[in-house]
Amino acid sequence: MSTFPAPRRAPPPLQTKKARPVAEFLSTYVFSKDHKVIGLQFLFSTLLWFLIGGLLALAVRWQIAWPWSDVPVLGKLFAQQGGQMAPEFYTMLFTMHATVMIFLVIIPILAGAFGNFLIPLMIGADDMAFPTLNMLSYWFMWPAFIAFGASFFVDGGAASGGWTSYPPLSTNVASSPGSGWGQTLWLLGLTFVGVSSMLGSVNYMTTIILMRAPGMTMFRLPMTIWAMFITAVLQAFALPVLTAAGFMQLADRMFNTGFFSPEGLVVNNLTSGPGGGQPLLWQHLFWFYSHPAVYIMILPAMGMVSDILTTFARKPLFGYRPMVYSVAGIAGLGFIVWGHHMFMSGMNPALGITFMVSTMMIALPSAVKTFNWLGTIWGGKIQFTTSMLFALSFVSMFIIGGLSGIFMAATPVDIFIHDTYFIVAHFHYVLFAGTAMGVWAAIYFWFPKMFGRTMNEFWGKVHFFLTFIFLNGTFFTMHILGAVGFPRRLADAYHYETFRHLQPMNEFMTWCAIGMVATQVIFAANFIYSMFWGPVAGRNPWNSNTLEWTAPSPPGHGNFDFQPVVHRGPYEYSVPGIEKDHLMQTDPPNAAAAAAALAAH
Amino acid sequence: MGKRLAGIFWALLFLAVPVLGVAVFAIAPSINVWLPKDVSEHGASIDSLFYFILALTGVVFIATELLLFWFIWKYDAAKNTGPATYIHGSHTLEVVWTIIPAATLLFLAIYQMNAWADAKMRRPQMQPTVEVVARQFEWRLRYPGRDGMLGTPDDLHLVNDLHLPIDEDILVQLKSMDVLHSFFLPHVRVKQDAVPGMKIPVWFKATETGAFDIVCAELCGWGHYKMKGRVTFVTRPEFDEWLERKYSEQEATQPAPNTVTVN
Repeated sequence: MSTFPAPRRAPPPLQTKKARPVAEFLSTYVFSKDHKVIGLQFLFSTLLWFLIGGLLALAVRWQIAWPWSDVPVLGKLFAQQGGQMAPEFYTMLFTMHATVMIFLVIIPILAGAFGNFLIPLMIGADDMAFPTLNMLSYWFMWPAFIAFGASFFVDGGAASGGWTSYPPLSTNVASSPGSGWGQTLWLLGLTFVGVSSMLGSVNYMTTIILMRAPGMTMFRLPMTIWAMFITAVLQAFALPVLTAAGFMQLADRMFNTGFFSPEGLVVNNLTSGPGGGQPLLWQHLFWFYSHPAVYIMILPAMGMVSDILTTFARKPLFGYRPMVYSVAGIAGLGFIVWGHHMFMSGMNPALGITFMVSTMMIALPSAVKTFNWLGTIWGGKIQFTTSMLFALSFVSMFIIGGLSGIFMAATPVDIFIHDTYFIVAHFHYVLFAGTAMGVWAAIYFWFPKMFGRTMNEFWGKVHFFLTFIFLNGTFFTMHILGAVGFPRRLADAYHYETFRHLQPMNEFMTWCAIGMVATQVIFAANFIYSMFWGPVAGRNPWNSNTLEWTAPSPPGHGNFDFQPVVHRGPYEYSVPGIEKDHLMQTDPPNAAAAAAALAAH
Repeated sequence: MGKRLAGIFWALLFLAVPVLGVAVFAIAPSINVWLPKDVSEHGASIDSLFYFILALTGVVFIATELLLFWFIWKYDAAKNTGPATYIHGSHTLEVVWTIIPAATLLFLAIYQMNAWADAKMRRPQMQPTVEVVARQFEWRLRYPGRDGMLGTPDDLHLVNDLHLPIDEDILVQLKSMDVLHSFFLPHVRVKQDAVPGMKIPVWFKATETGAFDIVCAELCGWGHYKMKGRVTFVTRPEFDEWLERKYSEQEATQPAPNTVTVN
């Protein structure tokens, strides 16, 4: 990216011949500053981590279905008691499953992979505003991964206080084996992820504000870009709070500062430090970030799904401005709802009422978005591509995840279902059935732009169908487990009379989860095969409107082989009176000129 | 034709979501995978709010999923041969589907407030019936002794075996010695985190006798899964008798009452 002045004198030829290929390889594919390469680096890494997170989930599911039975494969690697899973290892598994999925998969695959790849292409820029920061944002992910990964092998094992890391469990070494080095590494990893996210957000905001192509006004931006923009703003404002809280927890652990510990703790028969702190303080700080983070984990998927729905319904987006305002509304309200994670925490119950009202209200912009998606496909001409099927399922599943949230928002009902499988069902419907399905829609959709080839549609549909069936088998049943009060995070709940009869249902869910992970082999094979041998795609295989489809597939360095000039919004499909059924953002203003331009291509 | 069949297949897959979704919830109570029996006075209001929200979200769920199915069915490109409708939105519709959900959600929030206040804000004016101190991985119980006061040397100390009388207000003083725990009585519709450094009041009134689970619902370490207690609801005379028996047992085994207290 950066342009160095030409060297005054050619260096000795022998040296360069030796050094150049390696240096060139490194700067092109490894320490690249090209947003597309960085985006793909993020994509490959996060998909790899997705697999790891999925396998961790399977290990969790194994224990829930068949507690204390020998664990296949993993049993030999980690567990201490023969092939059985130790209960402390179980707590590490679900802690690290959530940690990996949230911090190494969902957030970086949306912002890092798709944000990076799409923002410059969709706004008509040749790259990001700060290519070096961009490169760094990727390379800060690896220390995070190493910290999380290494924590399994240190004394005491990985962090085991849940991904929420509530003190005193997480700060008091005597309270849990994983609260030793494992927790320190967890905090370290979290800090690296935070640095990465922050570098990304600054870059995305600057790029979107300053580097739009001529004619690309804010209200001509595709929803994907609006969502990425607002997500970046959310990140930038919420993340410092988590970082501060993380350092406070680290200080509590290393220097016994006691920000989060009251006096007089007796943990494991050992008295602990002087105290003077409050465990609830951590929860407030943590959720002040992590609730906005919930929207960081879904808004970009909502944006991408909006673009995919319009393309394959061949219709303009229904209610573009209301869609933009509702994303902004979600982001704004997202900052004043964090207390709904704490209704049972001992927080002032009067505050619970305030947070209930704001939480109910945040359902509103989500509802508006859902109605507009329905409006978008109404009266369209739907093409059932794999990408479209995933996008439609995003809408279908998001309805479930959105509605189940209302149960938890209602404080009296939350008394019963708080920390049960009802909430587990809810956030998996939002994050897996929502975001992950949206991500697959986006992968199938933008794959041709990334690699110049399309993925196999038949196997894509098989992948969609099986994933859709298995995910509902796994997660829908969790709602009724939650209705029984089945608590989350228990290594074995069947010794409770209340939950004894639920084991067969949990076995069924585990089989579905195994099927769901196994199905991804089809996806991986399709992905890798299509990268090299898939049918070659032209610039615009889906006849879509946005700027990235005017660039070559894959785009070269600098993205565009001409200066894109934008004449209209991104959703001009099926415009009456013109021959083709879509008008690209760059097509010249009048229809005749458009037709002429088409003929000239 | 093949394309049309594929469209029908996908539309039916999306139809399966509301159909099977409703079926699961319809079948769940009959296979006993549903709300456990409620033995508390306030539980009925929580359960009725649960059912109210279930009905409301159920209607929205069925309506929106059916619309989605219907649009997928009807506007399949293989079937819909005319041009797609060129429309950018509808101001009227946006207003309608903003105001109606907004009013519904606001109503829902207001409708919950009384039950919440009963459960968590309108504390009965009385001395604690029992103090529950959570620690890894047990529930330590302390009943006031014969003097009726907590924190005196004659307190009765027990572990995990909570007995309480029915048909009267119970006030539990909830504390924790070490980490966070959560005092969850599924059959009484009670849940409250125990926070070290805080004394949190929990109140309820049981209406039926019987023994039920006490579950820890907040991750508290490796033994979280086994932090199990039992609550036994008995009539007042039975309770007094039980208390007296336990009290004499304690006096017999440890002449000097255990005075270790946690503040």
